[in-house]
Amino acid sequence: MSGKLRIRVDQDKCQGHARCKSLAPELFELDTYGNAHEVGDGIVPEGLADKAWLAQSNCPEIAIEVIEE
Amino acid sequence: MSNHAPVTDWFHDFDHTDPHWTENPYAIWDELRATSPVVHTERFLGCYLPTTFEAVKQIAYDTEHFSSRRVVVRDVRPDVIPSPPITSDPPEHKPAKQLLLPLFTPDAVKKLEQKVRSICNELIDGFIEQDGCDVAARYSKHIPVRAIAHMLGIPETDSDRFIKWIHEILELGIKDQSILAKAIQEMSVYFADHIEHRRKHPTNDLISTLMNARDKDGQPLSDAHVQGSLRLLLIAGIDTTWSAIGSALWHLAKTPSDRERLIAEPELMPTAIEEFLRAFAPVTMAREVVKETEIGGCPIKPGNMVLLSFPAANRDPAVFPDADKVVIDRKQNPHAAFGLGIHRCVGSNLARMEMTVAIAQWLKRIPDFRLDPAGKVAWSEGTVRGPRQLPMLFGKAG
Repeated sequence: MSGKLRIRVDQDKCQGHARCKSLAPELFELDTYGNAHEVGDGIVPEGLADKAWLAQSNCPEIAIEVIEE
Repeated sequence: MSNHAPVTDWFHDFDHTDPHWTENPYAIWDELRATSPVVHTERFLGCYLPTTFEAVKQIAYDTEHFSSRRVVVRDVRPDVIPSPPITSDPPEHKPAKQLLLPLFTPDAVKKLEQKVRSICNELIDGFIEQDGCDVAARYSKHIPVRAIAHMLGIPETDSDRFIKWIHEILELGIKDQSILAKAIQEMSVYFADHIEHRRKHPTNDLISTLMNARDKDGQPLSDAHVQGSLRLLLIAGIDTTWSAIGSALWHLAKTPSDRERLIAEPELMPTAIEEFLRAFAPVTMAREVVKETEIGGCPIKPGNMVLLSFPAANRDPAVFPDADKVVIDRKQNPHAAFGLGIHRCVGSNLARMEMTVAIAQWLKRIPDFRLDPAGKVAWSEGTVRGPRQLPMLFGKAG
């Protein structure tokens, strides 16, 4: 295990609540419809692990996966 | 206008227009939730009420058995009047919603923030010199009305007319169909005038956006679609946010420790707003059962309505520890105030922005305030819950 976290937004489940963008703006971006996508390849930079978990636990659609690699 | 018999057996005969529900629905939901994930009433020509987060979520996600063609529970089932996308089921739903989504992203609504702040300050200027006022009537009511009017491109001075129509459609019109029909007719005439004017003088507002929209075949939207969407945006944009702002200020008026903390720690505001949305979620939606199914072990029969209570889901202790307490620094809060699934409220980012600005400006200018002990708080009846009378006194007590 590399000890890194990777986040992934399930595009079928995301409904654009935008809680993730509000809680972890460095990790998520919103498209023209306001739906979320992980930034880049979803690898969570150093120091942002807490924000990744916070975003995951606040998504009403449970659309965010946090994978420990 | 028919009045409903009082409720004596909430488990078999619930009624969301009953004065006990209006006074304190939370205690009723807690009691029902402890007995069953779904309850039923014969009132309103038959209606179910899911009481748990899980049951509400299952229903919201199931567009096959639960149609959105009717989204208000009434005494009768009037002819379906489409208001896309709220009354749309798949496959019509997605294209109708996609027309509106870009106008309501966080970045899009941020452009209105300064305007909303000015509205809040202007309103506060009007009463700050007094000992107190009815905060619902003098503050929270006006903010969303003027903000959505600005987006739609209709005069803010017509606000009183919008408020009257909403009251008729969402409250009086539950029991009196003639009031409902007349309000819809008046709104149609009003919007028809605005549409006609924009054919000759196009604008950049939301009305023009709907008029310029083209479907996948390059055709403009039907008049019925444009009218229905405008009616939806006006209704959805007002009562709801007005209620949320009012409920939050009501809580802060009676909880000095919370308002002191928010003033001392302004970075806590976004978390507090989410908790106000959870605990005082203003909107209950509805669905019509179109196919037989089962939810939480309870049989669900077609022809019934479902009162889709996101507020009750938000109070489910299985999902939210201390569900009945307002915890303004609650870290895990995946609440359903803006719904779940494809019908997630298109205006959620606008609502959050309005709430945040309205409460922050209030605390900045009137840090000390309390409920007027000589006055009475009055709550709206029906499916959008908020204070319609909120008498407060300014300054420290004693």
